Amino acid sequence: MSHPLEDLLRSLQKEALEEISRTEDLRALEEVRVRYLGRKGKLTQLLRGLRDLSPEERPRVGERANALKGLLERELERRKEVLRELERRRAFEAEKVDVTLPGVPFQEGRLHPITQVMEEVVEIFVSMGFEVAQGPEVEWDYYNFEALNIPRDHPARDMHDTFYFSSDVLLRTHTSPVQIRVMEAQRPPVQIVAPGAVYRRDSDISHTPMFHQVEGLMVDEGVSFAHLKGVLTLFVHRFFGKETALRFRPSYFPFTEPSAEVDIQCVICKGEGCRVCGETGWLEILGAGMVDPEVFRMVGYDTERYTGFAFGMGVERIAMLRYGINDIRLFFQNDVRFLGQF
Amino acid sequence: MRVSYLWLKELVETSLSPQELAELLTMGGLEVEGVEEVGGEFERVFIGEILQIVPHPRADRLSLCKVRVGRDVLSIVCGATNIFEGAKVPVALHGAKLAKGMRIKRSKIRGEVSEGMLCSEEELGLGEDSTGIMILPDEAPPGEALEDYLPLKDYILEVSPTPNRGDCLSVLGVAREVAALGGGALRLPSPEFPEEGPPAEEMVEVRIEAPELCPRYSARYLWDVKVGPSPLWMRLRLERAGIRAINNVVDITNYVMLELGQPLHAFDYDRIRGGEIVVRKASEGERFLTLDGKERVLDGETLLICDAEGPVAIAGVMGGLESEIEEETERVLLESAHFSPRGIRRTSQRLRLQTESSYRFERGVDPEGTVLAASRAAALMRELASAKVSPGVVDAYPLPFKPRRIEVRPERVRSLLGLSLRDEEMMECLRRLGIEVREEGGRWVAVPPSWRFDLEREVDMAEEVARVKGYGAIPEEAPLLRPQEAAPREGERLRREVRQLMVSLGFYEAITYSFISPRSLEALRIPSGDHRASPLPLINPLSEEQSVMRTSLLPGLLEVARFNLSFKNEDVRIFEMRKVFLPREGLPEERDALAALAMGYWRPRWWKEEGERVSFYHMKGCVEALCRRLRVEQVEFSPAEAIPYLHPFQGAVVRVEGEEVGCFGCLHPEVAEAFDLPGEVYILEVDLPSLFGKGRTPAFTPLPRYPAVVRDLAVVVDEEVPAEEIRLLILSRKVPFLERVEVLDCYRGAPIPEGKKGLAFRLLYRSSSRTLTDEEVNRYHREVADHLVAKGITLR
Repeated sequence: MSHPLEDLLRSLQKEALEEISRTEDLRALEEVRVRYLGRKGKLTQLLRGLRDLSPEERPRVGERANALKGLLERELERRKEVLRELERRRAFEAEKVDVTLPGVPFQEGRLHPITQVMEEVVEIFVSMGFEVAQGPEVEWDYYNFEALNIPRDHPARDMHDTFYFSSDVLLRTHTSPVQIRVMEAQRPPVQIVAPGAVYRRDSDISHTPMFHQVEGLMVDEGVSFAHLKGVLTLFVHRFFGKETALRFRPSYFPFTEPSAEVDIQCVICKGEGCRVCGETGWLEILGAGMVDPEVFRMVGYDTERYTGFAFGMGVERIAMLRYGINDIRLFFQNDVRFLGQF
Repeated sequence: MRVSYLWLKELVETSLSPQELAELLTMGGLEVEGVEEVGGEFERVFIGEILQIVPHPRADRLSLCKVRVGRDVLSIVCGATNIFEGAKVPVALHGAKLAKGMRIKRSKIRGEVSEGMLCSEEELGLGEDSTGIMILPDEAPPGEALEDYLPLKDYILEVSPTPNRGDCLSVLGVAREVAALGGGALRLPSPEFPEEGPPAEEMVEVRIEAPELCPRYSARYLWDVKVGPSPLWMRLRLERAGIRAINNVVDITNYVMLELGQPLHAFDYDRIRGGEIVVRKASEGERFLTLDGKERVLDGETLLICDAEGPVAIAGVMGGLESEIEEETERVLLESAHFSPRGIRRTSQRLRLQTESSYRFERGVDPEGTVLAASRAAALMRELASAKVSPGVVDAYPLPFKPRRIEVRPERVRSLLGLSLRDEEMMECLRRLGIEVREEGGRWVAVPPSWRFDLEREVDMAEEVARVKGYGAIPEEAPLLRPQEAAPREGERLRREVRQLMVSLGFYEAITYSFISPRSLEALRIPSGDHRASPLPLINPLSEEQSVMRTSLLPGLLEVARFNLSFKNEDVRIFEMRKVFLPREGLPEERDALAALAMGYWRPRWWKEEGERVSFYHMKGCVEALCRRLRVEQVEFSPAEAIPYLHPFQGAVVRVEGEEVGCFGCLHPEVAEAFDLPGEVYILEVDLPSLFGKGRTPAFTPLPRYPAVVRDLAVVVDEEVPAEEIRLLILSRKVPFLERVEVLDCYRGAPIPEGKKGLAFRLLYRSSSRTLTDEEVNRYHREVADHLVAKGITLR
């Protein structure tokens, strides 16, 4: 038969384990510990009472009591870990943020879409080995026309409605005069791109009196029309995407021969025909050609030894195609709601 | 140039559709910008036969007609007087649509039912004749739709030849291209007709006094001419090409010009005094009355066509009013001449008079084509104006066309194009264009046809080969790029750095026009002596607003600010980094400049904080950041007293190494007002070249190994003492280990007395070889404080 103390130990064990598992925080757990294992704790007092037992009962009951002490200590320790973890969580929860509230309103600026497109175009040619060159916007008639094989009474001047400062100083109508300035200053090989503003006396829904071009020039021995096609095809594929078809059509510029106009497959309708491409499926984006020997003669290059190609493109047009902008005047109004979109 | 598809098919046998022709020509270098389908401007108009005409019982001027249209006989009221029984006429039925949006309904006119309307040419949009009903040929079948019967359906190809291809400004020229590009066989007109009456050379004498301007003058003499309207088909072709029909004689000259490209002029022979044509230069200041009724004052370089007594036409540009063809004209002198492109261009520009004729002569007309054109016109006049044509052509040709001989090296053509092509193929390409190619002693000599002015050199031949072959046939190759000698282009990198910095500071880049209004410089209060007050003016600006080259970026930015404000964009931060144009001898100096503008909130209000408005110190921060980015040191700021567009007490001048590089601050209220802007607008302006030169290559400083000791120092000074003065005073003591002095605070109000301000500085002491002790730092710091006190500064 069992000693009444043993029954007491049993009920004490049940009671203590229940209390431990019910604790919600470390303070309550400490209270439980004190209640059972403290100096005046229930189990401690019970252990003290072992002295009154008979020698034959004492080892058996004592063993039981010590076992219970060990169990409670372990259970307290385990619960302590659980409660510590709970408490850390509660502390974090108090620091919880609302992730949907707006962040600090930094204002980041934007480069003008024209600058962005111009930089991207230039970057593509620079990566092919071209260098950036610049020239003045207020230019001599000589560089803008004469040296490019456009003498004074040439009908090609009709294509350029020109702003003048005097009979021989004007606002450049294209970036091509940079070709002449570079060739005057540098012997072949020449591989340059010249981005910049140009001006024509024209202002309506599709023309602004100032706009931008990127000019390119390559001169060396053995440069051919096939090279021109190679370079421009690479450019179109890198700028508009590899799947963009392009075609070269004969055209006329006084400073190139043969001359070409380059069309790309319409980026809006993919060649099906739409309003943007005038139902043709093609968009004209570039003028190009082999540098005319007359131009080489003007800069003193040996026309037998050297050949070269040149090309020019309108930046606004390319930007409008890329971003779907329908009115060229928006570029120069600089509405921040417009500028912020690019 | 608008080219009729049907007309083109008369000159080239082709089975291609208008769209296919457009594609062929475009890819061959003759751009077709569009293809337009044309037809009648009417619907539900049929051919009718007038069976009976009786007077209207209640209206004197109207008649009642019975008109057969197919199987129906309709009653129609008509007011015209040129109708007769048996006439075939256009009948607009109930529901018909006519030109100018007119609609026809069954109706009652003065009590009589009218089941339709008989139409005039004008009502059908076919011409300007509104005097009577259009009478159709007898064989017109009643009941057939008018549109199917008349030659109305056609396509117009909108061809835009490049300026070098004057030879393509005609139906023949386009037909030649079609043939050369493989679209079909060419069919040249070969006019044949009997000649009768006195030989032309007995009636007309031609003398050319300026052969370099007029190398050839061919003339024909026609008599017994009946001037009247041209037939419908011719009028349609002219009008669809954009030329107004006038009378058969004039229309034929225009028709032949459109067809063959040779401008012609018809004179009333009876007004050509002495039957004599003299081609000479005008005398300086000579006056002449042109066809358009305007008196022109000529200079000595203008070429005139004269008779025995005086001018009758400005050669190649416009005829005279006096010798114009009129209804009574019976005899015609037909001019088919060749004029030099340069002379005509000069005259046309000087007189600001561009005509179909001058446009073609400027771009070059075939000198060998004058006789064919004169004969083609004569044949048409015989046919359509019942003219008799005198035998022969008077053909003065003092400077005959000399074919050019161009040496062509097939190998060179191949290498220029990067296209491998057999000799025979190349030769075939050229021959299809009418270029004769001969082999002379192993060399090729190409002789272009007389109409190809643009072919002068070997490269021109290369282009022709590529054109005929198609540019698509040329392969794409990657060129080999060799290193080039080139000047270092440092500026581009620095400009990019500046742009990126401004963007990172929250500014949007603006691009404004390089030309501005001269008034905007006045609005900036720039005094007249300032070099910026005398900008470079354009001779031909589009408007006063865009008439001078900017000497400052500010007007453009202020304009942008105003534009944004008008759309309620109130928080604006923009910059522009472009050129300003400073006049000097020769071309102006184009100088890179930077300007920025900020207004409204620098940081808008958000849920954690109130918003922060733009201030003077924001702009200063931008300038400081810019200097740091460009590694510019020794930057000084001083009050801007001489900057007229800045607030008198909120502006600063920036100096680097003593040189002025820019300014910033609050815009002067008067300037803001002139641009319709609110008071608080802040700007900065930097002259980039002076800044670019001053950047240093960074030199590495070893990182400190020992901690710094920090001590603060507070003083009270008069309001007008600049903080920097005290900071420099602290540094001037040169105590050991003082590494840096920073402004910590600047405050006014209690307990600081009125008219004074409190300044606090933070001093950093550090040794590079050991940790400083508190005691020694205290000693040095006291030394600094004593120094200030000795200079009369009150410590706090």
